[in-house]
Amino acid sequence: MRFLVNPNRFNNFSDIIIKPLTIIAGIFIITGLIFSLYLSPDDYQQGSTVRIMYIHVPSAWLSLMTYLIMTIYSIAALAFRTPFGFIINTAVAPIGAVFTLICIISGSLWGKPMWGTWWVWDARLTSVAVLFLVYLIIIFINLSFENRVVREKIAAIFILVGFVNLPIIKFSVDWWNTLHQPATISKLSKPSIDPSMMTPLIIMTFAFIFIGILVAILRVKTEIHNRKHNI
Amino acid sequence: MTLRFQRLLIILISIIMILGAVLLILYNARENISYFYTPSELLESNIDKNKQVRIGGFVEKNTFIKVSAGSFKFRITDNIKSIDVTYNGILPDLFREGQGAVIEGNMIGQNSFKANNIFAKHDENYMPASIKDDLENKGYWNKNYK
Repeated sequence: MRFLVNPNRFNNFSDIIIKPLTIIAGIFIITGLIFSLYLSPDDYQQGSTVRIMYIHVPSAWLSLMTYLIMTIYSIAALAFRTPFGFIINTAVAPIGAVFTLICIISGSLWGKPMWGTWWVWDARLTSVAVLFLVYLIIIFINLSFENRVVREKIAAIFILVGFVNLPIIKFSVDWWNTLHQPATISKLSKPSIDPSMMTPLIIMTFAFIFIGILVAILRVKTEIHNRKHNI
Repeated sequence: MTLRFQRLLIILISIIMILGAVLLILYNARENISYFYTPSELLESNIDKNKQVRIGGFVEKNTFIKVSAGSFKFRITDNIKSIDVTYNGILPDLFREGQGAVIEGNMIGQNSFKANNIFAKHDENYMPASIKDDLENKGYWNKNYK
């Protein structure tokens, strides 16, 4: 598992897995789209509109997962002085921002026909909008400051501060009245979704994970290269 | 204790303290963060009746009346208290009796409400349409699913 902390090992390991991972990601996205667009049933209330879920929910999960990874790497980088954490932070912040944006756009396209509004300022929607702003600020910090050592430390500390938002997003639908629905799939109880709709959701989630990892590998490799050559 | 674990400890304590501070703020602001009141919360609280508020609840069964095209009357309930609502405008697709809804507007009297905006609220249950028909045909359809 040294490839998770050592840039050279990461390069070697990613060279091995990038081709099989591309193929697997392709298979997952194709089967996932076939399942979500053709093989899954219409919802009893929402009809065909429910298919937006197969984009909306995976991107929401991935936006949180990306932030969690950045948090763990920030702690490791600051406490144990492993510079690889800073590389990861710089590389994956835009990926998380894009997933958040996909989540917000697909959600508002879903909200218009179902709720009757593109956007409301309820706790869930607002906290996700804040997550998007946090991602943007991280990207801007990484683009500012001439001095790399200063810049990456500030970014890592800001990531830790922004981590506070994650439990707020997760529990916003339980703590406050929101227009957004409560969680359909939670660890503690049986999911309130039919297996025929759960299948495309899970396939699409894995497809998103693999695509996210692929883009992350390319961006991390570029970042390692840039740092080696002081670009 | 080595230096790196000192740093780790400082980071973890800082995260916990920031979390605590933010949660305290949110806990004390919870009434303003909630997107809507339930009918009983609104009736029991001493909120300024002329202020624009949102009520969330269920559209009570057998209360929905179409007065004219684009003009509707119904009662919104949380199974404890209910409020009469009048509304002029377009209803969202999901809006129907027994369905969750959030309405925006203001009180016009003791127990009636004039809505300016209506949003449909759906719950966390997802089910294929065919299974619902199946359940209904066999008489197993539980109204709580809605």
